[in-house]
Amino acid sequence: MAGLVYYSSGSGNTQRFVDRLGLPATRILGETRVTEPYVLITPSYSDGLGNGAVAKPVIRFLNDPANRCLLRGVIASGNRNFGEYFAHAGKIIAAKCGVPVLYRFELSGTDEDVARVRQGLETFWTRQRSIAP
Amino acid sequence: MNAQSPVRRTPTRAINWNRVQDETDLTVWNRLTSNFWLPEKVPLSNDIPSWATLTDYERQLTIRVFTGLTMLDTVQASVGAVSMMPDAVTPHEEAVLTNIAFMEAVHARSYSSIFSTLCSTQEIDEAFRWSEENTHLQKKADLILKHYKAADPLRRKVASCFLESFMFYSGFYLPMHWSSRAKLTNTADLIRLIIRDEAVHGYYIGYKFQRGLERVSEAERAAVKDFAFSLMFELYEVEEAYTEELYDGVGLSEDVKKFLHYNANKALMNLGYEALFPASVTDVNPAILAALSPNSDENHDFFSGSGSSYVIGKAVATEDEDWDF
Repeated sequence: MAGLVYYSSGSGNTQRFVDRLGLPATRILGETRVTEPYVLITPSYSDGLGNGAVAKPVIRFLNDPANRCLLRGVIASGNRNFGEYFAHAGKIIAAKCGVPVLYRFELSGTDEDVARVRQGLETFWTRQRSIAP
Repeated sequence: MNAQSPVRRTPTRAINWNRVQDETDLTVWNRLTSNFWLPEKVPLSNDIPSWATLTDYERQLTIRVFTGLTMLDTVQASVGAVSMMPDAVTPHEEAVLTNIAFMEAVHARSYSSIFSTLCSTQEIDEAFRWSEENTHLQKKADLILKHYKAADPLRRKVASCFLESFMFYSGFYLPMHWSSRAKLTNTADLIRLIIRDEAVHGYYIGYKFQRGLERVSEAERAAVKDFAFSLMFELYEVEEAYTEELYDGVGLSEDVKKFLHYNANKALMNLGYEALFPASVTDVNPAILAALSPNSDENHDFFSGSGSSYVIGKAVATEDEDWDF
């Protein structure tokens, strides 16, 4: 299995989700550099118009072309209370980087979310390797 | 000449938003102020024809549900948010709480806009009388108010987070239900604005709760967690009775309860705790979830297998400037 990179803010929701996933993962903190293909897990913070959805540390991380070109997919968390902008960061990153939104979950995720992501990542990486040049 | 030294006192401090100790205060302040709205912005009168299609029972149910929500918003505006101000650890937190208090007052005011657009004075007065006499609704308020008035900041935040993230939802269910049937859609638009605000409030109070928890002993942390879960059980019991009393007549009680379980889990997550209700009882009616987040485009979910139409995009060279959100 390839890499997992995530961002978690003070609420700790994404951190708790990643802990339960039980997979090796790199947290975005300050200057973070990755060297192998990865899936990004990120929360979403948009306002009522969808602005500001992607957290600034995630933007800084993806601004690094070396990091950006290794991104293979994005998993976004959020809250359905934000209506059409639920987990909007996923959609924005997917559009900017040409990768799929793999999954969306709310807050720190349910046990089902954890199981689905674990299973989904396994299948995803197997498929990635089979189509890799 | 005058050897008397001035009396030392703590100076009155002016809030300095250019020296923020906790970035989250600023982020949440910005989010709340950019989300500011007033009920006048929603064209509620477009719902008059739709209102006429509801039965008498459905109309009475709707007015009662909204009166119950008004009461909780009143509690949060006048007591809840205000009671947390002396607990604030930064001046900016205090300022954010003033915003929360005011928006709760806007929410409470909004229901009266709905009423004045759709209902007769007699219907409105009857519903407010009902809210004062309904034992379940009064119990809900009492359970929360007790902790607002008690001495402990952490327990106060638990109660407040449960009000914001759990107790409103037996009420929010109904406008989402009508909206899923293309009824009262403008009213639903207004309720969605309230629901969005409550998410930010719950997030923020939960965040401050977790910071507060870091400063107490392991034993106190365990005691607070016990308190939180037992309060949730207590509140759930009342919510269940309240739900049955309101929704049995339209056959929706079981559907509403799933929505309650789902939101109880989210309230606990806001506090940093694990979910309480298992997936078997949180399978909220998809029509309600769709009404909650319309156009949120389920097609993009790759892992769930619903993304059949999805094509992996070709990675384009992204310029750094593109990231200027």
